Amino acid sequence: MSKEQNKPDFFDKPENIAKIIKVFYVICAVLVIVDFIVHRHIYHDWENIPAFYAIYGFVGCVILVLIAKAMRKVLMKKEDYYDE
Amino acid sequence: MMSSLPLLLPQLPPFLPLLIGSLAAIFLRGHLRSAIMLITPIWGAIQLSGMEHGLYWAFEFMGYQLEPVRVDKLSMVFGYLFHLAAFIAVVYALHLKDTVQHVAGLSYAASAVGAVFAGDLLTLFVFWELLALTSVFLVWARRTDRAYSAGLRYIMIKVLSGVLLLAGAIIFINETGSARFSDIGLEHDGILNLGAWLIFLAFGIKCAFPFLHTWLTDAYPEATPTGTIFLASFTTKVAVYALARGYAGTELLVWIGVTMACFPIFYAVIENDLRRVLAYSMINQVGFMVVGVGIGTSLALNGAVAHAFNDVIFKGLLMMTMGAVLHMTGKINGSELGGLYKSMPKTTLLCIIGAASISAFPLFSGFVSKSMIMSAAIAEGYDYIWLALLFAAAGVFHHAGIKIPYFAFFAHDSGIRTTEPPKNMLIAMGIAAVLCVIIGTFPAQTVYALLPWEVEYQPYDITHVLTQLQLLFFSALAFVWLNSKNMYPPELPSTNLDADWLYRKLAPSFVVPIYYSVIQGIGKLESAAKGGINQLINSSYDKDKEKPKGYFAKLWPTETMVFWVALLLVGILLLYYI
Repeated sequence: MSKEQNKPDFFDKPENIAKIIKVFYVICAVLVIVDFIVHRHIYHDWENIPAFYAIYGFVGCVILVLIAKAMRKVLMKKEDYYDE
Repeated sequence: MMSSLPLLLPQLPPFLPLLIGSLAAIFLRGHLRSAIMLITPIWGAIQLSGMEHGLYWAFEFMGYQLEPVRVDKLSMVFGYLFHLAAFIAVVYALHLKDTVQHVAGLSYAASAVGAVFAGDLLTLFVFWELLALTSVFLVWARRTDRAYSAGLRYIMIKVLSGVLLLAGAIIFINETGSARFSDIGLEHDGILNLGAWLIFLAFGIKCAFPFLHTWLTDAYPEATPTGTIFLASFTTKVAVYALARGYAGTELLVWIGVTMACFPIFYAVIENDLRRVLAYSMINQVGFMVVGVGIGTSLALNGAVAHAFNDVIFKGLLMMTMGAVLHMTGKINGSELGGLYKSMPKTTLLCIIGAASISAFPLFSGFVSKSMIMSAAIAEGYDYIWLALLFAAAGVFHHAGIKIPYFAFFAHDSGIRTTEPPKNMLIAMGIAAVLCVIIGTFPAQTVYALLPWEVEYQPYDITHVLTQLQLLFFSALAFVWLNSKNMYPPELPSTNLDADWLYRKLAPSFVVPIYYSVIQGIGKLESAAKGGINQLINSSYDKDKEKPKGYFAKLWPTETMVFWVALLLVGILLLYYI
């Protein structure tokens, strides 16, 4: 069993990963295109911005990660910080 | 058949079947114990289904009416939820031989059931304390030094919450003349307001309000793999119930809730211990519920309750998959894991279902409840709150939806080779996963049917589904992009400072020196005083001659008297001339 596990697997091959990511990009593109075709219900003015949710999700997460990285400079201590 | 079954059972307080299960766990062993532990949550749930709404076993105590069991729609949802959670957690822990954990787990579940059916504040207080006392053993059962001290900190904070509740309850009962636990609110006059605030604070501690949350992120990840499943199901949900019962529509809760939804996601991104990541994400999810309670409309309250229901199941599922990883590999840090999908493909799939549910993908359970709270926020004109919740929702997908499965099961291959966890663990995870999908796909027939308030809501329309998919896919795009640019923070062995730093480092760093210098000061003062008294004694008594040294001590009393009289006369003479 362990031999079988050590064989290069589907996810070990870079070309498979590249394929998955390509499919993922296509889905993202389709979701934005659909935004222009389908009439979605507007509850708030901000939602009138084209692809508002897509932009917000992307920008929000990038900012989240960048702030979190910056927080590490202040907050990150050794693993045994409290045990000393 | 099903409808007549409850009538055949003797009517018992709702918490009793689970309590009997925990007692059975003390005395029984082997298959018999397993069977009884599995039956009691089912028995309890069937019993509940036969209970009419109303008060049971009410009695008079010191002039106040106590209502130990009150059954209504709100308590009923949580009652069913806790029996379901107890059942899943028992299945997950079935392989254990550790009696302490079995007993603690079931009696903890029983306390949670007792708390949500408590009709008065004193009964609530009793179960409130029992929740703390029973659950701490699930932390200690890990039997490590870290777990021991985390458990101590946990129990101290929990007992504080209980003391605040009792103090608030006494004030409240004394001022209003009624012990009944219903709407309390924060707008009262005088001492009554103090009582209301104390109760609010007690609930806030258990609800993991910001700065009061550290017991959760400190203790839950230190508990045993199976214990954490119980812990994640009950305490915070009892607190959400208590807030919904006592403080629905309190606007402050909207602001507290949105803070809870937002700040933990930053910590979750940089945290290495994957169960601690889930603990932070738990605060984030509870934040959504607290916002719902704060908004206070029927839709918002239903959303809060529905989200509590779903969260117990999907957060439990995620915790179970990480517990399985910990159980099988002995490791839980993202920096040491990776590539486990090869050895644990089933666990991987179950984890992805949990991740999809917490991220609120359409057709998974998180979607049908989170969207209720979001819709309620926008309907009530909380624009910026809504925007912040949207950010929190994207952030959840980022840390719980992607990070957890990615760093445990994919990422770089850590070289760890293991097998799937024991069958009972897989079954428990399977039950939770199936429930996530069923609830997400058929909300109207499942969780919506149990909700306490009457309101129509339809989560599945083109707008909701499209916007949610856009939000999630582009959050994922951010992850892919940051990863490809090597900008994503790597998993590092570390401790991240949080509010518990205040009492684990800062306070000891000056309280301990102050304590010792005070002790030293008292010691010095004492010896100085003793020395002074000794000197006084030595200087006034001649030991050799065995008599006092002072001038007046040498004279007869009459001579002394004459001296003082003379002095007095001189004094009067002087005063006469002034």
